[in-house]
Amino acid sequence: MNMRKLKRRLNRIIPGGRQLVIGVPFIWLFMFFMLPFFIVLKISFAEADVAIPPYTEIYNYAEQKLQILLNLGNYSMLAGDELYIAAYFGSLKMAFFSTILCLLIGYPMAYAIASARKELQTVLVLLIMMPTWTAILIRVYAWMGILSNNGLLNGFLMSMGWINEPLQILNTNLAVYIGVVYSYLPFMILPLYANLVKHDHSLLEAASDLGSSTFNSFWKITIPLSKNGIIAGCMLVFIPVVGEFVIPELLGGPETLMIGKVLWQEFFNNRDWPVASALAVVMLAILIVPIILFNRSQAKEMEGKE
Amino acid sequence: MKRFRFSSLMLVLGLLFIYAPMLILVIYSFNASKLVTVWGGWSIKWYVGLMDNTQLMGSVVRSLEIACYTAVAAVALGTLAAFVLTRITRFKGRTLFGGLVTAPLVMPEVITGLSLLLLFVAMAQMIGWPQERGIVTIWIAHTTFCAAYVAVVVSARLRELDLSIEEAAMDLGAKPWKVFFLITIPMIAPSLGAGGMMSFALSLDDLVLASFVSGPGSTTLPMEVFSAVRLGVKPEINAVASLILLAVSLMTFFVWFFSRRAEESRKRAIQQAIEEGAADSWKQPDVRRAQAPEAA
Repeated sequence: MNMRKLKRRLNRIIPGGRQLVIGVPFIWLFMFFMLPFFIVLKISFAEADVAIPPYTEIYNYAEQKLQILLNLGNYSMLAGDELYIAAYFGSLKMAFFSTILCLLIGYPMAYAIASARKELQTVLVLLIMMPTWTAILIRVYAWMGILSNNGLLNGFLMSMGWINEPLQILNTNLAVYIGVVYSYLPFMILPLYANLVKHDHSLLEAASDLGSSTFNSFWKITIPLSKNGIIAGCMLVFIPVVGEFVIPELLGGPETLMIGKVLWQEFFNNRDWPVASALAVVMLAILIVPIILFNRSQAKEMEGKE
Repeated sequence: MKRFRFSSLMLVLGLLFIYAPMLILVIYSFNASKLVTVWGGWSIKWYVGLMDNTQLMGSVVRSLEIACYTAVAAVALGTLAAFVLTRITRFKGRTLFGGLVTAPLVMPEVITGLSLLLLFVAMAQMIGWPQERGIVTIWIAHTTFCAAYVAVVVSARLRELDLSIEEAAMDLGAKPWKVFFLITIPMIAPSLGAGGMMSFALSLDDLVLASFVSGPGSTTLPMEVFSAVRLGVKPEINAVASLILLAVSLMTFFVWFFSRRAEESRKRAIQQAIEEGAADSWKQPDVRRAQAPEAA
């Protein structure tokens, strides 16, 4: 009798299987993904200080008075300094144009894979997927050897007699574009392929039976149907590129102003944690709409709805 | 037809674009000349030299260790998340949960890295843990973002599964956890393997997150490579990079090989079941016989 009562009590306290299954990943992600953003937000209102950790506390409680001191200086500095604004614009421009380039190159590739034979498809997808598992660092490093002044590309062009002096490509924005498109192309192709391969071919056949040209049916049927894939692919490229650090650091030069690089320098070189936090908060504010768009398209994909 | 040929051409060119630089890197890692751009004949001296570099070797061991822990934890966490997203359709905060699972896929690494570091610093102040940042903090950071990749891979598989098998087991009285471990897990095993290897590779490659959340004395391989690369192209780095490329391509091959084998054995099992069904119906002619080949 008593045991049964105890058991019932215990059952009430110990979460059931369902709560546990939802709770474990939820708490982990909340703890290590969501909560940290609020801390970043908090520290963006602090002041840099020569201490450990190197920032001031924004609230203090003494003599029954709670004082909260919000320092807006970091944000007004971001808004006032042309360097930061140029860095944000530089990042957005870089991300925008490389997304378009990836889409223009990636779409035909994804289309070709989706229309290949079934056995060939798995091999091709694997070939596209493999580089995404390889360090971005190494793939970017490979380009350093190719693009440098005494590198392979210049060596080849000079030996062919097409140019007399080496072209300065490494440490320019052109090199960063090459690096970004090179590194992020697979992220464009994979969601596009996943979408294109599901298409129903009878629609295209029906269109061609009714006299539509191949280009017309491609433009009016295939493209609109692959909208979700295009959104997912573009977001997978655009959002991370805005915050990209490794590529502009290694391939870019002094003219390359990108926000990921600036944040890194503020944090590691100047040890100004509050300014780095403010930079991150503003970057997140810019990216929140694309991230929500991406999450929606992913949610649809995950639930299997179209 | 013309567009088809154009897209195939793009595919070939694109694959060349993706693989040529890596191939060049590997070839030049065997270059005997100290000058990276001049070819001085074949040699493996840079690889031999790596063995003596104890600092580098230490970071390799550390990175491998973190990658192993990450793979295990990310698979467990990612599978749970995928299961929740595909099977439990209604609960409070589901939209938030879905967002939390997929957002790490696109979140710029500098933001995730900075925010996690600030969390660890705040936690050290409040609860006294972690006193020192190192392998554990890097492991937490990697697990969080790798779990997102695992969740995507596993949820794709979970959606394809035939629910009727699980339902049958439940009807026969199996507890939900028993169904999950005895039926669901074996059926999604290939994607768990793929997710694990993917996490391993991603963790092994990560530079930005590790730079933020590591402490003194816990330099990982990418951090070591990065500080060398910053100073320019060096033959030793070519060798390290080639070895990483080799490791990752081997792993990719294994993923492909095992998932293909699993797929084939599954197909064979289905084929066999259909044939047995057809053989049974042969003895007692009824409508089932006509249906069997169709199901194939």
